[in-house]
Amino acid sequence: MWKIIGTGITQAFNQRTIFRKLSFEIKSGESLVLVGPNGSGKTTLIRIVCNLLHPIEGKVEFYYGNETKMAGQLYSSIGMVGPYLQLYNNLTAFENYAFFRKIRGLNVDHGHFKILMKKFGLAGREFDELRTYSSGMLQRMKYVCALLHSPPILILDEPVSNLDESGERIIYDVMEEQKRSNILIFATNNPEEIKFGDKKIRLAV
Amino acid sequence: MKKNQSNKWLAAMKIFTFFWMIFVIIGSLYLTPEAAGFKSTSRVIFYHVPMSWVASLAFLLAAISGILYLRTKKLVYDIWAISSVEIGFLFSILATITGSLWAKVEWGAFWNWDPRETSIVVLLMIYAAYFALRSALESREQKAQISAVYSILAFITVPFLIFVVPRILFTLHPQNPVFTTQTGSIMSPKIKLIFFSSIFGFTLFYYWLLRLRVDLEKIKNNLLAKKRQDNF
Amino acid sequence: MIRKSGLLYKSFYILQKDLHQEFRTRYAINAIFLFAITTLVVVSFSIGAAELSQNILSSLLWIIIFFSAMTGLSHVFVREEEQQTADTLKLVAPPVAIYLGKLLFNILLLLGLELILIPLYVVFMDMSVGNLPVFILMIVLGSTGVSAVATIMAAIISRTSAKGALFAVLSFPVMLPVLILSIQGTALAIQGSSISAGMDEIQMLLLFIIVIVTASILLFEFVWIL
Repeated sequence: MWKIIGTGITQAFNQRTIFRKLSFEIKSGESLVLVGPNGSGKTTLIRIVCNLLHPIEGKVEFYYGNETKMAGQLYSSIGMVGPYLQLYNNLTAFENYAFFRKIRGLNVDHGHFKILMKKFGLAGREFDELRTYSSGMLQRMKYVCALLHSPPILILDEPVSNLDESGERIIYDVMEEQKRSNILIFATNNPEEIKFGDKKIRLAV
Repeated sequence: MKKNQSNKWLAAMKIFTFFWMIFVIIGSLYLTPEAAGFKSTSRVIFYHVPMSWVASLAFLLAAISGILYLRTKKLVYDIWAISSVEIGFLFSILATITGSLWAKVEWGAFWNWDPRETSIVVLLMIYAAYFALRSALESREQKAQISAVYSILAFITVPFLIFVVPRILFTLHPQNPVFTTQTGSIMSPKIKLIFFSSIFGFTLFYYWLLRLRVDLEKIKNNLLAKKRQDNF
Repeated sequence: MIRKSGLLYKSFYILQKDLHQEFRTRYAINAIFLFAITTLVVVSFSIGAAELSQNILSSLLWIIIFFSAMTGLSHVFVREEEQQTADTLKLVAPPVAIYLGKLLFNILLLLGLELILIPLYVVFMDMSVGNLPVFILMIVLGSTGVSAVATIMAAIISRTSAKGALFAVLSFPVMLPVLILSIQGTALAIQGSSISAGMDEIQMLLLFIIVIVTASILLFEFVWIL
């Protein structure tokens, strides 16, 4: 059972306060959606939650059972997809997978990778460099890498950007599946996706 | 209340520094004998050496502020760092100019690449790099954090330079007059008194400038924050 | 069971990934090799047949190495930032592992360059090395020092908007002790001095490398995650 608790998170950019004293709590089997107009700090908050950014005040804590997990222990527990998280363009899909598998210390085999590639409609393109992929295919590939280890915590920023209808459907299935027994955090403004969120943080400019 | 007191204290220090520096200037020109073996030009040490001292001190303070910033993420430490660097840069330029004028008179050339000259050039380069780095960083927080890292890195190389530079340059300049002027034998007690008074005076002067610069930056920040608040 | 996910393993995976990427695009390799060879030709051409002292031979060599390093060694971090893979990397690996992997990559790149550059330098400049083992030691230590400074500076400049222009400006003052020591040590080796004559340089270089790498490990996180 995982639990994430954010307390009193305040962030500023160029001394301009983006949000002040935000708190939230989410545990396995729940989902959290961040909504708000452009520039309200959805992405900033997402980045703070997954330790890509240290807030100027407040903190985000991760618990597994009663045990606190430090940022350094989460590399194999978080999966994340976002527009600013690119993969290595001049490596092939397989090489990307192999790198992420090794660096995260995951226990997954090539079979699992193949299944995911098939699920996201990328079968047969395993040995092509990613720079030959279309933007929609790249988005699918990001999901393959993020879901490799069936992460207990999945964080999505604009989940379906660049995707076609069939891609959207796959992602919605993934999100539905994730929130059933794991943690799902995502940022979006699409009404169709907002309904996946059990809890909601509304950010204002 | 506390602010007021510190302002009063600063004002008192300003007046004290003013009279102290007058004493140093008169002392350096009229009360001290010429250093043995040198003409009147040796009096430059009462200005040149304290300037170099302040230039190094300012950089030390910037590195310490950098460490404090990284530990606390309080922007006030970055304000101290950048203020100190700006003043330090000014003093290192002054030290370079006074030094090279003296070198022209005593050694016959404005520039000789002796170890001290090399050190001040390196210091100037570090200062310049620090400014260039800050101007190339985007957000205020990035400027604070990354320039703090750079000042610490630059500072820890200083001990190496002190050891390394004289070694390679000694071979090129066997006789190094700078060292001999500073040995006790050439400095009479009177010279010593004025010399250290001057170092003390310049340090006070530096501190006063620093406080002014820091307060100015704080006021600027407060105004900016207020302006943003009024907008909403 | 020892899992292959320790810090050193991870830095090794980073290194492997960077080598893989590098050999596919050859961006840094091309830049650094072509620059070094061009500079060498220019230097050799402009010197002509003049007889050079050991000090000058050693200085010229290290000037070429320094500027070559400044053209190629920033690429490891700039590439991550430009391809927007830096954030991805932050999510999957600890900062220390990333720093060490990139440091190893830069050391390998610079040593690889010297493997080609120095024989050419010997031929073009008509240099005879008096004490080859000491010479190699000085080159390896000096290059490690140069790479150590260059790697943390590369991390710094990759966060700025003026990536290329700043690299040498930031690196040079910090790198100066390494350059001076390497120039001195290499000159001694060319002269044919024994290892005991260059002991000071060797010790100082080692000390410098240890200090800079330790400081970089401590400070890297502040540059990397912001």
